[in-house]
This record gives sequence, structure tokens and C-alpha cells, in this order.
Amino acid sequence: MLKVRDLSVAFRTEQGMVHAVDDVSFDVGEGELLGVVGESGSGKTVSLLAVMGLITDPNAVITGSIQYRGRELVGLKPREMRALRGKEIAMIFQDPMTALTPVYTIGWQIAEQVLAHEKISKAAAWQRTIDLLAEVNIPNPRETVHRYPHQLSGGMRQRVVIAMALSCNPALLVADEPTTALDVTVQAQILDLLRKLRKNHGSAIVFITHDMGVMAEIADRMLVMYAGRVVERGKKEELFLQPLHPYTRALLDSIPPLTGKKPKRLRAIPGAPPNLLNRPPGCAFAPRCIERFEKCSAEPALGYGMHTAACFRVSS
Amino acid sequence: MIFALLQRIAQMLFVMFGISVLVFLIFFATPGTDPAARIAGRNASPEVLEAVRRSFGFDQPMYVQYLTMMKKIFITGDLTSFVNRGWKVVPAVMDTIPVTLSLVFGAAILWVVFALIIGIVAAATRGSWVDKTLMMLGLIGISMPVYWLGEVMNLLSQNRYHDTWIFSWVPPLGYKNFSDDPKGWFLTLVIPWITLSILYIGLYGRVLRAAIVESLQEDYIRTARAKGLSETRILLRHALRTSLVAFVTLFGLDFGALVGGSALLTEVVFGLQGLGKLTYDALLNLDLPIIMTTVLYASFFVVMANAVVDLLYMLLDPRVRTA
Amino acid sequence: MTVASGTLSATPKSRGPWATALRRLLRDRAAVFALFIFVLIVVLCLLAPVYAAWANTDPFTSTLDAVVHINGQDVPVMEQSTEGLGLGYTPIGPTWQIGNYFLGADNQGRDVMARLLYGGLNSLLIAGMATVVTLFFATLLGLAAGFFGGIIDTLISRFLDILWAFPVYLLAISLSIVLIAQGLNLGIITIESGSLWLPIFIIGVVYVPYVARPIRGQVLALRESDFVLAAIGLGVPSYRILLRDILPNVSTTLIVFVPIMMALNMITESALSFLSIGVQPPDASWGTIIQDGQNLLYTRPMVALAPGIAIVITVLALNVLGDGLRDALDPRSKIRIGRS
Repeated sequence: MLKVRDLSVAFRTEQGMVHAVDDVSFDVGEGELLGVVGESGSGKTVSLLAVMGLITDPNAVITGSIQYRGRELVGLKPREMRALRGKEIAMIFQDPMTALTPVYTIGWQIAEQVLAHEKISKAAAWQRTIDLLAEVNIPNPRETVHRYPHQLSGGMRQRVVIAMALSCNPALLVADEPTTALDVTVQAQILDLLRKLRKNHGSAIVFITHDMGVMAEIADRMLVMYAGRVVERGKKEELFLQPLHPYTRALLDSIPPLTGKKPKRLRAIPGAPPNLLNRPPGCAFAPRCIERFEKCSAEPALGYGMHTAACFRVSS
Repeated sequence: MIFALLQRIAQMLFVMFGISVLVFLIFFATPGTDPAARIAGRNASPEVLEAVRRSFGFDQPMYVQYLTMMKKIFITGDLTSFVNRGWKVVPAVMDTIPVTLSLVFGAAILWVVFALIIGIVAAATRGSWVDKTLMMLGLIGISMPVYWLGEVMNLLSQNRYHDTWIFSWVPPLGYKNFSDDPKGWFLTLVIPWITLSILYIGLYGRVLRAAIVESLQEDYIRTARAKGLSETRILLRHALRTSLVAFVTLFGLDFGALVGGSALLTEVVFGLQGLGKLTYDALLNLDLPIIMTTVLYASFFVVMANAVVDLLYMLLDPRVRTA
Repeated sequence: MTVASGTLSATPKSRGPWATALRRLLRDRAAVFALFIFVLIVVLCLLAPVYAAWANTDPFTSTLDAVVHINGQDVPVMEQSTEGLGLGYTPIGPTWQIGNYFLGADNQGRDVMARLLYGGLNSLLIAGMATVVTLFFATLLGLAAGFFGGIIDTLISRFLDILWAFPVYLLAISLSIVLIAQGLNLGIITIESGSLWLPIFIIGVVYVPYVARPIRGQVLALRESDFVLAAIGLGVPSYRILLRDILPNVSTTLIVFVPIMMALNMITESALSFLSIGVQPPDASWGTIIQDGQNLLYTRPMVALAPGIAIVITVLALNVLGDGLRDALDPRSKIRIGRS
């Protein structure tokens, strides 16, 4: 349903162009959950914001193609994009504490979205809002609709944000680190909720995270991004059991394994991601890579298979 | 809640008390000031001076003088002018209030309306030449001394272009009572309203634009966009709505200060017998009873305005209301 | 909008904060132009004595019987009025000849252009010195209240509250009226009545709360910052923390305030002088010249117009400069222009 091809997002800055996203391609199938992993600054959020048409910075340059159910989204008129956004493609943001307008009740804010996209009465929108709040397991939805964001806990607010995203039954849901800002116990609840909702609504989900543990729990397929590029993609099981790219391996090494004996120490990846302003030629991960060799001074390309990585070690 | 209210009132009383003491000290305790000498005249003989001193009670201790004055303002209300004996101060001050309120209310309506328009348009077109032009015009408005602008207005409307259709409707300077002549009241005040509001239009337009632009950077604006709302709705219902808090705060303080006599220069230039003009005339004569009364009245309005701002804050920002 | 942190933080060359600010300021064309205009005005006003000497006029004494040569003809500076009973005199209007009653004469036959330059000198001096007074006391009070807290903070804050609730113009006018007659005698400091120091002192003092409050807030925040807490924990004496850690952090705010306060002070000074309780005759300032021109408004409007235009241009230049400085030094600050 979503086909992204050669998507690049660059920002003009005082020092020059920053290539936040570079030639990224991926697909999302109907009802599928695609996990996107990477460190902060790897371009995962920016590429999905581009899909949402939410990059409003006048200094941003977006090239490539984003097709949603056969419709090209890059260069789509703002009005048409708006009709799609919130109705067919919805987004859940990372920080529920700041994602809601502080001066309106949560009910008002959810109903606002429903009314923006559907020709129904205010009363019907309000009833839908209450049902949605019940669906995301918010206690006393009839009273809570009248609450203001600051009166709710972070977990509750994230439920509100999720309810809002689901309010028009979107076909595609983009979740940008929806659990990162929450306590661990709340994180598990939210993940459970997302899993349940996915079953009920059948929406495809793109789930952004830097947490491999979360990925292991919910993803169908995965995309690993590094320095604005996709370095590996494949089914979750393949990726976890047979990681191809040294970066993926390093990521997996940095979390406790799902099964088996716990290692004495978790390995951290030495070094830092490259500066996207002066991207060195060749493989971006090479300076931190323990397996680098002569070939790495050239640019590795991602293969075409279902499970493939952008690394010369793999192709050789 | 009740405790907060009591605290608020106590604070108000404290500030008003502080101001009354400050004014009293400025006029009675500044080294070299002798109100008796002012009243008696430049070449008064020592006997006359002494008589004046006794008759006005200047020979009594400072705190007695202060308390007597406060009693006459708040309890008996029979304070009389030093300069024009027998002239009751409290009614004189009351007489000026409709003039000042008329001036300030009209100007406030103008400035709120135009500042909202300017702030919203500039924020909506931020970065464009429209935005830059509006902001520069605002800055020019802020940079003009209000009394000079008033004089230029008078020059144009009373003299140079008075005989043309543009300003032929402008009546001579002065104030007309609303109850006697509503049309005259309105016409005499139009030019003063414009003059007084220009500074505030510039100031508020700029403040509002800055607040809206800042709001537009917030996460919840991104959420609003993700919801598929129109840019207009995002601007007006989300960004503007959250920016109003700053706007209202400023408005309360400025409105209070203006009603409390800060419109003095405008009143002087346009010959309006308002509170500011009364205070100014009294200051020139060192007519202390009038000064004390008007300044207390002024501080009362400023402090009241502060309290009203707090209240509006609660209405506008649920975080304060239900915290 | 959302360039994740980390991608942009590493700048290729790092410069000091002051150099960065200066570079940003110099790239702001409006601010540079405003600075140029302001410097030009200052230089022109400094040339006042040169102009007066060249025009052979004394801007401070009445010259009712002076005569001007225009196009080979002698014209008296004060013309017999042709209106009414013909008793009054009307000063000559602008000749538009530099050095020759360029802007006309005021009602004492003095060259308005020469007075405008001399007046500008006083206006600029008062605005500048009053800014120094304001910033000095505001920093002192703000630092003390914010750093020491407790009873000192309470006392200072309450005092500032009282000043704050006092409409600025009423306070300035009250002080001026009392002090203008007999000057100020504070034991160590004595200011003669009629001295320029009187308006400087008065204007400087009335704006202290406007600067002291934000400074106090900033110091309060700095007081809780890790490096200050660490310094206190290490037993570094207060005065050293204040001088070495806090003052440098507050100084950007102070610098942003300089042009803004100068603009505000200039308007305030002119208002006081216009009400004849600022600069005292025969001294001039732009405000007193507007006052002189008030009675001539309909006959010789240039007397009041010229100094007003001078004020608008100068204050505008200062405000544009203030905007630029704020953007360059402290883009997130909330300091606003023109608060009065």
C-alpha cells in the first residue's frame, strides 16, 4: 500500500546541505507492521514525516517518490494531502506530554479531527470520541473526555493520542517511538494496546524505534537505518537470527538476548554516527565497523532480495 | 482558593500602601521641599509661612500628616485642595474619570482589533515582505512620542487639512459629555483614540506575532497538522489561542496604567480634562491632596488590573485553573 | 523542523559566542543600517558647536533683532505679524539654506537647526547615561535578589512591585517636579537644579524594575544550575561566583537591553522636557524644542516637527538595532521593545 522509492530529504543550513535522508526505499503491505530501527539522527523520523507531508521547514528539499495506494504524495497539493492526513494516514508522536494542545479538553481535540474529515453531527463525533477512549482502555471515558491534557498521566495521554490517531480508522498508522517517553510498565501496556488495536482495525503500522527489544515483540518486517540510509531490511526473524550488516549485529549485541544465557557484558558500539553535513565517502558505518576492509571506501548498495543489507561483506 | 484570594487582596493592599507612602515621602520628605513655602508664595514673610504651616498641619509629625490625609481620602472623603482651598478633591477626581475612561476604552478597542489583525496576518505570512512591512510599521508606531504624534494630528486635522473633506468633521479640541452629546463625544475622541492606540497597536502586533510564531514551533501544532486540520484552523484555534495568554497579560497591565493616569500626555495635547491632566496640573502646583488621591487611584487600577489579569489567565489557561 | 539532534550539533568550526553573535549581527542588514544611522546622528549632534560657529549664531540667547540675508535681501528674523492687531511677531520659517536659519527660528529668534543639534546632544546624553544608571541599579538589585534569596529577595522584590505598580510617567513626573526646583542632595551626591544629571537620575531610576525583574529571574535560574551549585559546594566565595559565573551569563541580556532602554529613555526624556520638567532652559533637548514649537504649531510647524522627526528616526534606529542584537545574542529571549 505504501511504496517509497529513492526518498531523500535535505535541509539547507548555514553550513551547507544536511542530508538527513538519503535514497531511502521501502514498502509497507496492507495490515503489515514495519519496524524502523536506528539511532537518533539516522533519518527514521524525518523519512516518515516526509511520508506524512509534515516537513514544513522551508529549507527542506524532498525528492523521490512516495506512493500511497497508487497515489503520488510527493508534490501533492496541500489541500489533498490534508484530506489524507489524519483520515487515511495517521501519526502517533513520541512525547505525549507536549503532543496535545494544552488549552482544550482531550474530547474536544479528538472530536475536532473527526469533524475535520467526516460529515457527521457534533453529537455523533462526541459519542465516537467516548467510544474511542473506551477502546484504548481509558477509565471513565465519559468523564475523561472533559479533562485537559495536563490532568492526565503520560501513559493516559499517549492513549489519548492513539485514540485520536485511530479516530478516522486510518489504513496506515505511523508511530514515532510511541513508548520511548514512558515508564517501562506503561510501555508494555501501550504495546499490548497497539497489538490489540492492530487486530481490531487492520491498519498497517510503521513503527519507529531505537529499541530492538520492542521490535522483537511486534514487528513483521524490519528496516535498519544508519546515517540517513537503509542498511538492512528483511523479515524480523531473519534479521534477528541472521543479521547481515555489521551495524545490525552491533545493535543486537547491545541488547540482552531474548533467549538463552545472558552474556556477562553488553557491547556498546564504539564511536558516533557521522556528521551528515560532511558525509565522508564510502560506507557511513565504516569508521565504527570492526569488519571493515579496503572495499568499504566505496559506497555499498542495498540488494534486491527480501532480506538484504548494504555491505560489501555480504555481497562478497 | 479562599486563601489565595486573601493573599491576593493582602498583596494589593500592601502595594497600595507602599505607593501612598512613596508618594508622601517624595513630596514631604525630599530634602529641601517645603510645601508651605510653595503655598505661601516666593516672598512670604516668616510669620505668614508659620501660619500656613500651622493651618495646613505641616507642623505635625510626618506620620500624623500621613494618617490624616489617608483618613480624609478614604473615610471622610472631605480632603480639600491646598492651592484652591475648599475645592473637594474626591469629587474632582471622580469628575475626570469618565473622560479618561472614554479615551482609554476607545483606544483599547482600536488597539486590540488592529493588533490582532496585524499579529495574525504577520504570523501567517511570516518571513514574507508583508510580515516585514507590518513589523516595521509596528516599530515606527512604537518609536513615535505620543504627544508629538498628537501635535502632528492636531496640525493636520485642526489646521492644515481642516478645511478639506478629510478633516472637516473634526470638532475643536475639548471633551463633550456622552450624555449631553453622543455624536460630539464620539467625534472629539476619534483623533485622540487613534493617537493613543498607535503605540499599542505596534507593540501588541509585534508581541502577538512573536507569540504565535513561537507557538507554531510547538509539538501540538505538529499533532494538529497530523490530524489534517487546515492551516487557518491551526493558526487561529491552536497557535493564536495559546498565544492569547501573553497578549491578555500585557493588555491588563497597560490598560490599568492608562486608566490610572498614564494617558496624561494624550490628555494634555488634546485638552481633555482627564485624570492624567488633573494629576499633571496638580503636580505643577504641588497640590498634594490631589496628587495623593490620583496616584492612589492610579495604583488601585494598576493593582486591580493585575488581579483581573490573573483571573483571565485562569479562564484562558486550564493549567492554571485546575492546577 | 525535526532534524534530530546530533546531526546538526557538530559544527565544522566553533567560534566563541561573542564572535558568533557579532557575525550574525553584521549579516542583519537592517541592524547594520540602523547602527549606521544612529552613529550618523550622534556625529551630527557632536558637530553642533561647529555648526553654530559656522552659522555664526548663539543657540542659547534670544536674538529677536537678528537679520538674515536671503537671496541678497535682508530679512528680519522676527517678522511683524500681519494678522489681527499686528502686535505679535512671527519667527522666520525654514530658509532651507544650511547655516542660515535652515529650519527657521523659534519664538526667541534662535536658529532651530543649531538648537536641534545641541538638543540632540543632550537627548542622546541623557538617554545613554540614564541607561547606564538603570542597568547598574537593575543589575545590582537583580543579582542580590536572585542570588541571595530569602529576606533580601523579598525586600527587593516587594520594593520593585511597588515601583512597578506606579505608572512610569507619574513617578517620573512626581520626582521631576519635586527635584527640578531645588535639586537633589543625598549627602555624598549633590545634583544642582537645572543640571542634566537630574533627568538622567530620574529616568534611570524609574525604569529599574523593568530590567531588574528579568535579571532576577535569570539569576534565580542560574543559581540552580549545576556549575553554580558545584561552585557553592566547593566553597567558592559568593562574590567570585557572582563575578565569574553569573555576571557573564547575565551580560548578554544587559547588552540586549542597552539599545532598547536608550530608545525608551529618549522618549521619556522628551516627554518630561515637553512638560517642561526635564531639561531646563536655556539648555535644549528635542523635547524642549517641541515644547517651544507648540505655540507656533500652526504658523511655523517646522519648529515642533523637526525634533519630533529626529526622535522618531533615532528611536527607530535604536529599536531596529535592539531587535538585531536580541536575535544575534539571545534569540530565545522574551525582552520586548517599547514597554512603557
